[in-house]
Amino acid sequence: MTITNYDERVLKASHPVPGAPNNWRRFFGFNTDAKVIGIQYIVTALFFLLLGGLLGMLIRGELITPPSDLFDPSVYNGLYTMHGTVMLFLFLFPVLSGLTNLLVPPMIGAPDMAFPKLNALAFWLVPVFSIVLLASFFVPGGPASSGWWSYPPVSIQNPLGHFLNGQMLWIVAIGLSGVSSIIGALNFVTTIIQMRAPGMGFFKMPIFIWTVLAAQILQLLGLPALTGGAIMLFFDLNFGTSFFNPETGGDPVLFQHFFWFYSHPAVYVMVLPVFGIFSELFPAYSRKPLFGYKFVAVASFGITILSLVVWVHHMFYTGTPMWMRNLFMFTTMLIAVPTGVKVFAWIATLWGGNLRLNTPMLFCLGGLFNFIFGGITGVMLATVPIDIHVGNTYFVVAHFHYIIFNTIAFGIFAGIYHWFPKFTGRMFYEGLGKVHFALTFIGATLNWLPLHWAGLLGMPRRVASYDPEFAIWNVIASIGAFMLGVASIPFILNMVSSWSRGKKAPPNPWGAIGLEWLLPSPPPHENFEDDIPTVLNEPYNYGLNKPFVFDEEFYISKALNDS
Amino acid sequence: MTTSKSEALLHTPGHIKHDGHNLTGFIIFLCSESIIFFAFFVGYGVLKITAPTWYPDGVSGIAVKEPLINTIILVSSSFVIYFAERYLHKKNYWGFRIVWLLTMIMGAYFVYGQYVEWSELTFSLNSGVFGSLFYLLTGFHGLHVITGILLMGLMLIRSFIPGNYDKGEMGVESISLFWHFVDVIWIILFILIYVWQ
Ligand code: HEM
Ligand SMILES: [Cu+2]
Repeated sequence: MTITNYDERVLKASHPVPGAPNNWRRFFGFNTDAKVIGIQYIVTALFFLLLGGLLGMLIRGELITPPSDLFDPSVYNGLYTMHGTVMLFLFLFPVLSGLTNLLVPPMIGAPDMAFPKLNALAFWLVPVFSIVLLASFFVPGGPASSGWWSYPPVSIQNPLGHFLNGQMLWIVAIGLSGVSSIIGALNFVTTIIQMRAPGMGFFKMPIFIWTVLAAQILQLLGLPALTGGAIMLFFDLNFGTSFFNPETGGDPVLFQHFFWFYSHPAVYVMVLPVFGIFSELFPAYSRKPLFGYKFVAVASFGITILSLVVWVHHMFYTGTPMWMRNLFMFTTMLIAVPTGVKVFAWIATLWGGNLRLNTPMLFCLGGLFNFIFGGITGVMLATVPIDIHVGNTYFVVAHFHYIIFNTIAFGIFAGIYHWFPKFTGRMFYEGLGKVHFALTFIGATLNWLPLHWAGLLGMPRRVASYDPEFAIWNVIASIGAFMLGVASIPFILNMVSSWSRGKKAPPNPWGAIGLEWLLPSPPPHENFEDDIPTVLNEPYNYGLNKPFVFDEEFYISKALNDS
Repeated sequence: MTTSKSEALLHTPGHIKHDGHNLTGFIIFLCSESIIFFAFFVGYGVLKITAPTWYPDGVSGIAVKEPLINTIILVSSSFVIYFAERYLHKKNYWGFRIVWLLTMIMGAYFVYGQYVEWSELTFSLNSGVFGSLFYLLTGFHGLHVITGILLMGLMLIRSFIPGNYDKGEMGVESISLFWHFVDVIWIILFILIYVWQ
């Protein structure tokens, strides 16, 4: 008894619900539909990716020559601070919230999120805190310039004495972003725990849902610590308290602990959903079951727990006692284990598969490749003696860009392309997609690979001028950066033209398994409404004789055959 | 898959409930909120142990008597609110309103006591590490108490709306949970600031 055309069969059983009205105006107002909110998030975030990228290119423009000639060094400090902040809080977090909003309800068969109004509120906070942050370019003294981590005592200095200063706006923006993230996290966790389709036990959930759950729990546990620290920083800056002020008995290192207690997990909040995207796409595009589904699922929580106890590895070179360094070196090495489990599972999934190299898959493969590289440099950095040596150099910059751009942003692009037909109802242009991938991959490699060497040779980070011996690496890096800028052109072209006049997308263009692929493209307002399929198995049994959802017709005919 | 099992599955209703998540969401929120306090407590502990100077000049300790009375009132209000909830479960609405109001009054007295204490202190937010921490912790907690009282007022008003409890008593339950939370936080805070001198 073999089911050859499994996907077709499921499609036939899917629910004849009409497509959603494609009225573009709903994207510009207060809308409580998770699918609208998801797209609002993603489009807003991509706009800030362009802005953050522009700031990045300004930095690389300055660094193309050794002396500090393009900008005044103090302007340069503002540039990298705002670049980092925009990329993390205005691009990465919102874009991931967007994908999560789009994907969670259909993937678990829920009609919408648990708290639709709060969901809309969480989104509308994004433009609010973005404006607050960007307004800091126009206040006297310019934007915050103490780095994205805002370490005191630099961050509690207010030389001009204005209440309204760049650093203060930075703290307010981060605080509001925290409120938005907490509301989002509450919503995602409640939705996943309480609104799954019948039959979808925890060990039948898609890995993307596992990773979102793990990431959002991490958000709920970690983010309040940063909020607490930010409140204290705010008082120190504006009301002369002495929490972190060494001159009046405070302890600046305490802030570093608050900051990294959240901000290390924060990188996992961002990377976990990308692991989820990898785990969805690799099986679908290699037509093989996900290797070790249960291990991959549980490893997400292994990462969650461990990532709460590794934060001090960011403080090895800022005066931590030896016992602390050794302890945290150990925990950091441990976190490589659940991460390694996932990498191994993806490679085993790909191995011998029938790979389909379309744009989303290319971004996934590129992302995985870069992640392996970034993971290795991460383990190097976790080794205390190495870190003391390269701690404040471009090696760290290269490492985390390999993770944050070359892995996370790649995974996000993969996700956007993969689910684009589902949520817009249109196919994208494969040719433009491939051009986008090629430019992005080459640009990113040129940009950050050479900086590893510059860092190992001792080029310090966060200074506008450098020793001419590093010039060659920096020229290559700057060329890569401008190439990434160019890469945005085919991407935008593709998105805009495909969405407006691309080919109409079928419900399941990739032949993928998953509840979302049983719905029409785009899905109707409340997804399955009350007619939710019963889930029988995890959605990765490509080529196996294990049905995904319960299909009445199939079982009736089978029962007749059997008897 | 055996036939009998597939037959059983034929009758699985494909339906899940759409609402009733509020309490879950609220509990998750409280867990998260408690971490902000936890961060402050850790900060307090670390600075208390390591700071070169602790109390501001001219201050040798902090009076315990009035705060202790305040504590007793706040802690007992947690029991009082429990009885209010019991009345509501038994559909004794006036009993609920009166006892609920009593809880609000006890909360308000706590805020008043806190105000009196603040106005009698000789140090301020800017008086070194202790001053900063003292006002931060008590102030942040006080904000929660005030929020709790306002929310209770809202629930009190809503209890007069006919049919308000047809869909359950989620609002009252959440706020009573919040009140217990505020209470537990205060006990930890009291031990840190007043007992551990
Ligand atoms: C095997 C996994 C990883 C290990 C062992 C690791 C280790 C480290 C270490 C030890 C540092 C501190 C370097 C220093 O400040 O001197 C660091 C920095 C950093 N890592 Fe990783 N990392 C790993 C994966 C990741 C992932 C998955 C992300 C993001 C999703 C990430 C993002 C960052 C960032 C943003 C920084 C720089 C922070 C800064 O100083 O501004 N890393 N990593
Ligand atoms: Cu870290």
